[in-house]
Amino acid sequence: MKTFKIGGIHPADNKLSAAVPFETVPLPAQVIIPLEQHIGAPTVAVVAKGDKVKAGQLIGEAQGPVSANIHSSVSGTVTKLDTVIDAWGYKRPAVYISVEGDEWMEGIDRSGILKEQCDLTPEEIIAKIKNAGIVGLGGACFPTHVKLVPPPSMTVDTLIVNAVECEPYLTHNHRLMLEKGREIMTGIEILKKALKVDKAVIGIEANKPDAIKYMEELAASHDGVSVQALKMKYPQGGEKQLIAACTGREVKSGAIPASVGVVVQNVATVFAVYEAVQLNKPLVEVAITISGPSVKHPGNYIIRIGTPLGDALAMAGGLPEDTGKIIGGGPMMGRAFMTTDVPATKRSAGLVLMPESLSKRRPVMNCIRCGKCVEACPMGLEPYLLAQLGAKQDWERSEKEKVTDCIECGSCMYTCPSNRPLLDYIRMGKAEVMGIIKARAKK
Amino acid sequence: MEIILFSLLVMGVTGLLSAVILYFVLQKFKVEEDPRIDQVEALLPGANCGGCGSAGCRNFAERCVKTEDMSDLLCPVGGSKTMQEIAAVLGRKAGEQKPKVAVVRCNGNCEARKKTNYYDGVRSCKIEHNLYIGETGCSFGCLGGGDCERACTFDAIHINPETGLPEVDEEKCTACGACVKACPKHIIELRYKGPKNRRIFVSCVNEEKGAVARKACSNACIGCSKCVKECAFDAITVKDNLAYIDFEKCRLCRKCVDACPTGAIHAINFPLAVKKATAEPKTGETPETVNKTETKQPTA
Amino acid sequence: MSEFIISPAPHIHGRDSVVKNMRNVIIALVPAYLCSIVFFGVGALVVSAVSIISCVLFEYLIQVYVLKKPNSVGDLSAVLTGLLLAMNLPSNLPWWMVVIGAFIAIGVGKMCFGGLGCNPFNPALVGRVFLLLSFPAAMTTWPLPKLLPATYTDAETGATVLSLIKEGALADAASGATVKLPTYTDMLLGNMGGSMGEVSAIALLLGFIFLLATRTITWHIPVSILATVAIFGGILYLADPSAYMDPLTQLLSGGMLLGAIFMATDYVTSPMTKRGQIIYGIGIGIICVVIRCFGSYPEGMSFAILIMNAVTPLINYYVKPKRFGGK
Repeated sequence: MKTFKIGGIHPADNKLSAAVPFETVPLPAQVIIPLEQHIGAPTVAVVAKGDKVKAGQLIGEAQGPVSANIHSSVSGTVTKLDTVIDAWGYKRPAVYISVEGDEWMEGIDRSGILKEQCDLTPEEIIAKIKNAGIVGLGGACFPTHVKLVPPPSMTVDTLIVNAVECEPYLTHNHRLMLEKGREIMTGIEILKKALKVDKAVIGIEANKPDAIKYMEELAASHDGVSVQALKMKYPQGGEKQLIAACTGREVKSGAIPASVGVVVQNVATVFAVYEAVQLNKPLVEVAITISGPSVKHPGNYIIRIGTPLGDALAMAGGLPEDTGKIIGGGPMMGRAFMTTDVPATKRSAGLVLMPESLSKRRPVMNCIRCGKCVEACPMGLEPYLLAQLGAKQDWERSEKEKVTDCIECGSCMYTCPSNRPLLDYIRMGKAEVMGIIKARAKK
Repeated sequence: MEIILFSLLVMGVTGLLSAVILYFVLQKFKVEEDPRIDQVEALLPGANCGGCGSAGCRNFAERCVKTEDMSDLLCPVGGSKTMQEIAAVLGRKAGEQKPKVAVVRCNGNCEARKKTNYYDGVRSCKIEHNLYIGETGCSFGCLGGGDCERACTFDAIHINPETGLPEVDEEKCTACGACVKACPKHIIELRYKGPKNRRIFVSCVNEEKGAVARKACSNACIGCSKCVKECAFDAITVKDNLAYIDFEKCRLCRKCVDACPTGAIHAINFPLAVKKATAEPKTGETPETVNKTETKQPTA
Repeated sequence: MSEFIISPAPHIHGRDSVVKNMRNVIIALVPAYLCSIVFFGVGALVVSAVSIISCVLFEYLIQVYVLKKPNSVGDLSAVLTGLLLAMNLPSNLPWWMVVIGAFIAIGVGKMCFGGLGCNPFNPALVGRVFLLLSFPAAMTTWPLPKLLPATYTDAETGATVLSLIKEGALADAASGATVKLPTYTDMLLGNMGGSMGEVSAIALLLGFIFLLATRTITWHIPVSILATVAIFGGILYLADPSAYMDPLTQLLSGGMLLGAIFMATDYVTSPMTKRGQIIYGIGIGIICVVIRCFGSYPEGMSFAILIMNAVTPLINYYVKPKRFGGK
């Protein structure tokens, strides 16, 4: 079994909901769909107050090359165009739709029958993905159609499907493979065609033996598709780490995966691509995990975008009384939410509810220079140094020490015996240095 | 004896030679510089705080010497006095500059502005601001992380642990503007110190509608415009549900202070109000005066 | 609404802690400590007790009353410093000298720089070297091992392997004179004169295995030191066996193992990166052999470690870990 070489940690995986099949969250009375759910330019609303919309109808139009369309996830009436407070307290423009029935746009195939045949040209496939507003569902939310057109100077030979799900607690990718394996295989064939590559590798960590077995069975009948079982190590789901683990190639600092001939897509994105290309269904629902040590019924859910995440939480047994922290996404990289009363977006990966006893950071002590953060860093950086430079606001040296290479995986802070808030400082330093580099490029 | 003489001779000759070499090297590499720059630099405080917009005091001195019109140059630390002295040395006229001081435009103390969440990251406003709106319902107010305190080179601004808000020590504040730049929420403003150090300002930057602002913080400016009506000098404007007092126009009559329903308008360094105390604890006041105002309230 | 905690990721922690690491090192020292009690008896008990108690006391007093910071004794670092200092002292050292050593170790070696994590030099070694320079006679009269002796300062004393060799034991042996050097078995078990913690190689190696198993330290520093000493010492031995000791004696004698496993691996004063740690280890090995073979002191481990401690910041500055995607 392969894995990446530099750094990494081994947190307990706590996959509490791995055996729980998907449930669908019922339609709420009203959905709130933010107009900004991806990296890149925000969309502009193309509906007005009082408009009748159907599920799958375009409501936010992409702006510029790096942006993604946003579609209505329900049928009903637009009640207002206003702002919504996101999980971190900031106001975002959003469309409010009151739900009436569940009527879908024409041409969307909702029969549930597997459709494997795809006769479209690569250009047609990419256009369909673009129209469907598909973004990377692994967390970054980078528009998928941009990733499928690598710069002409680079030749891509391998598609890697990221099914690692190395974050503790999260299981929706695992379930998706078990329940929608054939659709995912079709999605991989479509993406292979779009990228004009012959080889696809599905990277799965060893803690999902059933998924590895099932995907291997399915892959047997697909040429060029193989499953790569990976030794458990966090952050294997990081794009660069996964490429290193599966192919042994290392993406250089600041370069994109295509520079080593690889494009990585998350397994949930692959499924969304299948739905968009074969069923004409835009990205209006996402798979999420609701979990946590004291959640009554940890589970996996399919939720329409715009539905309050609290609705899914209610299905999992409601907010546990001892909750101290609501983590949006996995506990290693997800940012804590201020409240559960936020609409699901393309970014949503789920909620992990931490009991109060596990929520607070422990008291910070002096750095004892043990070097464990250096050992843990999967990018070969020196987190202790970057944090020091961040606290001193020495951006010049931070840049030299490659702060921009940080993938914010949190391994350094996880290992630190002195409980130092290393990543807080590094994240700030990274943002500052990125800003400085951008400003310099503009000049 | 011989040894002493010999060593004296060797040392003397070596010293002389070095001096001669040094002299010629100095002549060769001499940099012609206006001697007035040194004079001006000597007058400056030497804090290198950057408050004037130059990179340090020497740089500011160079600017002073080079420019003909000194009216827009000001060393905020030295103030008008230093600028007059510099002008005298250079034989020019300094611009008339009223002294300024930093004011904190947020009075959402722990009591008025209830916490909705508890922030458990690094106590730095910059970091918290990048991630969250803050711990309270008010998205405009002070985060209390103390970036201003750390930015201040004059030890003039400190977070009061009781209110969670920064307080400016106006004796020490030089209006260099470091805290203004450090604050990610743009709460701190440089305002005229005012005659007898008296000044009036709106201690809130919340631009939400009245009800929303009030819900988040009972000390918030709700944009009711009562102060605008009271003001006889057109000094107050309300924009985006937020009142702002133009310090060029304000005549310090204090009518707006009494009119404000939430106590968001602060009057600093005035004698205690005689007839009716608008007894809100005021940032910037010494604790003693706050206590006096509070004890007076029941009798009023 | 209850106050939910908000914070950026990560939200889980590996539960590693300073106390845990300190505790592991203390546990790893237990076998060597037991050996020293077996061989040096009451003296070892008195010296270690005085050393630990005074280190903890000085740390508490300085932290609370001089630096006015919260009490930090609970992190066990002072206990560890005390224990390590004791391990580096002869067991017949008068108690008041131990107290002075503890004061220098904690006061000058550690708290002067701001406490845990801030000191450039290993505090226990600072204490030991101070004592060695101040009381050279007391610090170099080593008690001879016996089975659980009840003696303290009145213990019978003798020379160590290294001091015998420094006095020319090898040359004597080569010329046919009978010289009483300990056998390798004695060295492995600890049946020889020396500082109380350094005598038993087996006990120290047991501790090393424990430290590796608990991932408290990695192999890089100890192995690079020992390998360097073996290779460099071996070359010298091959060049002139009558002047220089054989590499196995190099490794088993004096403070070599104690230093390589417990003193040089001190987190605070050793380099952060693996490559840096190997450079640091090689440096210690070379300096130590040079002092032993060419210097005026019979043993050079403490000095070698302190010298490389001083080089550590430089190593940290220049030696970078292998960057992802880099060369």
